[in-house]
Parts: sequence; C-alpha cells; structure tokens
Amino acid sequence: MVKIKEPENNVKLPLSRPIIGVAGKTGLWRTMRPIVNNEKCTSCFQCEIYCPVNVIRVEPKLGVTIDYDYCKGCGICEDVCPRSAIIMIPEIGE
Amino acid sequence: MSKKIALTGNYAIAYAVKLAKPDVIAAYPITPQSPIVEKLAEMIESGELKASMIRVESEHSALAACFGAAVAGARVFTATSSQGLLYMHEVVHWASRARIPMVMAVVSRTINTPWNIWPDHSDFVDQRDTGWIMAYAMDNQEAFDLTLQAFKISEDPSVYLPVMVGIEGFILSHTAMPVEIPDEKLVDDWLGERTQPYVIDGLEPKGLGPLTLPEDTEDIFYGIQLAMENSKRVIKSVDSEYGKLFGREYGGLISCYYCNNAKYIAIALGSWTGDLIEAVNTLREEGYPIGVIRVRFYRPFPREDLWEVLRGAKGVFVFDRAISFGAWGPLFTDLVAGLIQYTNKLPIIVNIVAGIAGVHVSAEDFHNMLLSLINRVESGLEHGYFDWVRIRR
Repeated sequence: MVKIKEPENNVKLPLSRPIIGVAGKTGLWRTMRPIVNNEKCTSCFQCEIYCPVNVIRVEPKLGVTIDYDYCKGCGICEDVCPRSAIIMIPEIGE
Repeated sequence: MSKKIALTGNYAIAYAVKLAKPDVIAAYPITPQSPIVEKLAEMIESGELKASMIRVESEHSALAACFGAAVAGARVFTATSSQGLLYMHEVVHWASRARIPMVMAVVSRTINTPWNIWPDHSDFVDQRDTGWIMAYAMDNQEAFDLTLQAFKISEDPSVYLPVMVGIEGFILSHTAMPVEIPDEKLVDDWLGERTQPYVIDGLEPKGLGPLTLPEDTEDIFYGIQLAMENSKRVIKSVDSEYGKLFGREYGGLISCYYCNNAKYIAIALGSWTGDLIEAVNTLREEGYPIGVIRVRFYRPFPREDLWEVLRGAKGVFVFDRAISFGAWGPLFTDLVAGLIQYTNKLPIIVNIVAGIAGVHVSAEDFHNMLLSLINRVESGLEHGYFDWVRIRR
C-alpha cells in the first residue's frame, strides 16, 4: 500500500487537474463559426465524437448545441457531418 | 535475526532491495550490473520476493517502466551501468523533476568508446545535474546499507527525490565479503510502507508534467534545490537511526579517517578510497599528519561537512576517478566551489585525476603520490594545481 503525504514546505509539483476554461475563453480565437441546421441532422453523433475540444452535444430531441465560449472554429465537425448539417461561416465578432 | 553471509557487491544490493520489498523491478542487462537483477529475478521466481519483474527492451524503457509504476504508487528498483545509464538519462531527469521517490543502483563502468568494462566514476558523475541524490559505497556492506537507506531517504516527505547508489564494477560488484543482513521484521518496522507526494492511478484525473509557464516551472525546480538541502538532515538522521538499530553508522554525508589534527587531507569517492586509507595508514606510521575524507554523498554536495574538517588544513589533495575533459576532476570543481562560500583564503588544493578507464591505483601508488604532494607543499608550493597521473607498470 502507498501513503500519500504532501511534500513539506508547500513546494509546487508538476501536476495539473482538468477544469473548464483553464486557458481562458478560447472561443475568442475563432475566425470561422460552425452553424448547425438541425432540420438536416440525423443525430449520428459524429460531430460530438470528433470535436477535439469537447464542446458539441447532440441531444436527439433538442438537436446539436455548440459551446461557442470554447469552440475554436477548427471545422472538423463540418468535415465529418455526413449530411452537411454543419457549415462554417466567417466570424464577424460581437 | 540478522545473519552474515558472503556476498558480492551486486548480490549485497539485491539482498537490500529484497528487504525493501519493492512492488516493481524493471531492468535491462548490462555488464557489470546484470547479476543484481538476475538475483532479484531468482528471488521472484522462488517466491522469496513478491514483485513484478518487467522485462524491457532498453534502459530508457527500464527507468520509464519504473517511473510509471512509481507514479502509480509502487515501490520500484532498477540497476544499470555506463552506456545503459547514459541511454536512460532523459528519464533520470523525469523522475527527479516529477519528485517521484525511487532507487537505482549504478555499477560504475568506463564510458565507451573504446569498449571497456573496467570501472571509473565517469558514468556516475555524469548524472550530477539530474536532481537525484547520489551516494557511493566503499565496500559491499556499505552498498547493502546505502541501498536500504536510499528507500527511506527517497520517500521522506521533506525530500521526495530519487536516489542512486553507486559501486565500482568488478572491484565490488564481482568480489565477495561477509555482509550482515538485518532482521526482516526490524527492517519492515523501520522502513514502513511507501510514501509519495501524489499518485496517478486513474481514480482522479490528473496530468503530470503539463505545459507550465516559466515562473511556475522555475518554482518547481527551486523545490528540488530546497529538497536537496533538506535531504542533508534526513541523510544524517537515517544514518544515525540505522546505526542504532542495525549497528553501522558511517558519519552521514562524509566519512572521516584520521581527520582530527590532520594538516593534510586526501579526499576521494568509492572503493579506491580503501587503497588511499592503506597509504595513509603507512604515512601515519611514518609520522605524517594526514587524514582521509571519503565523500559518501556526491549530491547533495556536503560543503558544510567538508568545510568543518578542511578549515584548518594546510594541504588538500582531491583524487578524482573521472575527468571533465578540457577542465579537471568533478569532485575538485565542487569542493573548491563549496569552500569559497566560507573563506577567501583557501588551503592549497591539488587535484589528481587517476584510475581513469579502470587503471589500477594501488596503495603504494597513493603512498608515492601523497608523499610527493606533501613534500611539494612543505617546500613552499604557493597554489594548487591539477594533474592527470597515468600510472603505468
């Protein structure tokens, strides 16, 4: 068995724990915005599975939602959507 | 009950590891280290030792496997020599910078090329900037004791650094002497269960070594420097409590011999200090006031302890069995850098590099060198110097 004991003198350790937005609102980096046409969506979950930053949720009844606070606009969701239900449009800012 | 058996340096280390009850051992064979892990494999096979032996394809993987297991909470051990140690060098840094306790034996062997299996200290001292605590034994009993103590020191919460224990290949690794093995129950009670600062075992999501900004990274490294300072106290207290429990105390970071009232002090590391001590015995009989300091811990460097002994010395002779090409011996560099923090009037300090590539240096060789050094200082040598003495028969 192993005992966990903090090191003395409050020294820093090279560890990180996952939290949302550790690098700030990364959605600000976006130049292209994914837009969903829920009429075309068949809830195949490909966009949710492939999203590299885990900001897409597919709810069969509600359709696709994207958290634009952290979506960087990479366009992978558009690429993998078999129904072209996601398109990328230029970001025009707030 | 403790018992005394004849063991080679390699087997002495294996028996110490067995008593520390590691969970995981990973190693790759290399002369002259191989008998350590061969013995441990035999112990696992016969059921004497309940540990997992991970067979890997390289030393880089050996230490990486130990590191991963240790991060997950296992007590681990590995051993290597020379090229193997150089090959695992990247992971050597990983372990200390991640503050993960572990123990590794280094059975010194000259670095290639040319191919050479005889011992000098060049592979060991090459690791000096890695953040590992570095101990070096003089005989097989000390190799045993240091290996067992290494687990205790490494897992101390004011230290949390990996520890390497060095011995010279063949001179210790393949020659036997009686070694006392302490009582298992007594060792269990003293060493206790493994302690470490964190585990990554899948129960809580954690990242080890993520991208970290310069200031935070510097703080993490500063913690290693603090831990090195703390470890001096821990090494001494472990040495003295081990002495009380098991009967052998070595003097902490350094071991002194005839140092009281010595006008001259010779300094060395490792088993060739035995020959140096024999030479000093003769010189004492001949009336020369000379003593020996054996450096047992090369990191943390014992500058306080050295200064205490050397502050009154007239001449200091540092014998290095390693060379920093283009400069001089590493022990000499550290000694001078350590002493100038206490004084602007150093004694005469001479650095002799010898025994490189396993060239034998006998007690008689030491006697001749020391006699000529004493004579030079007595006849008015004004400052120290460095010399690489190549002994030929």
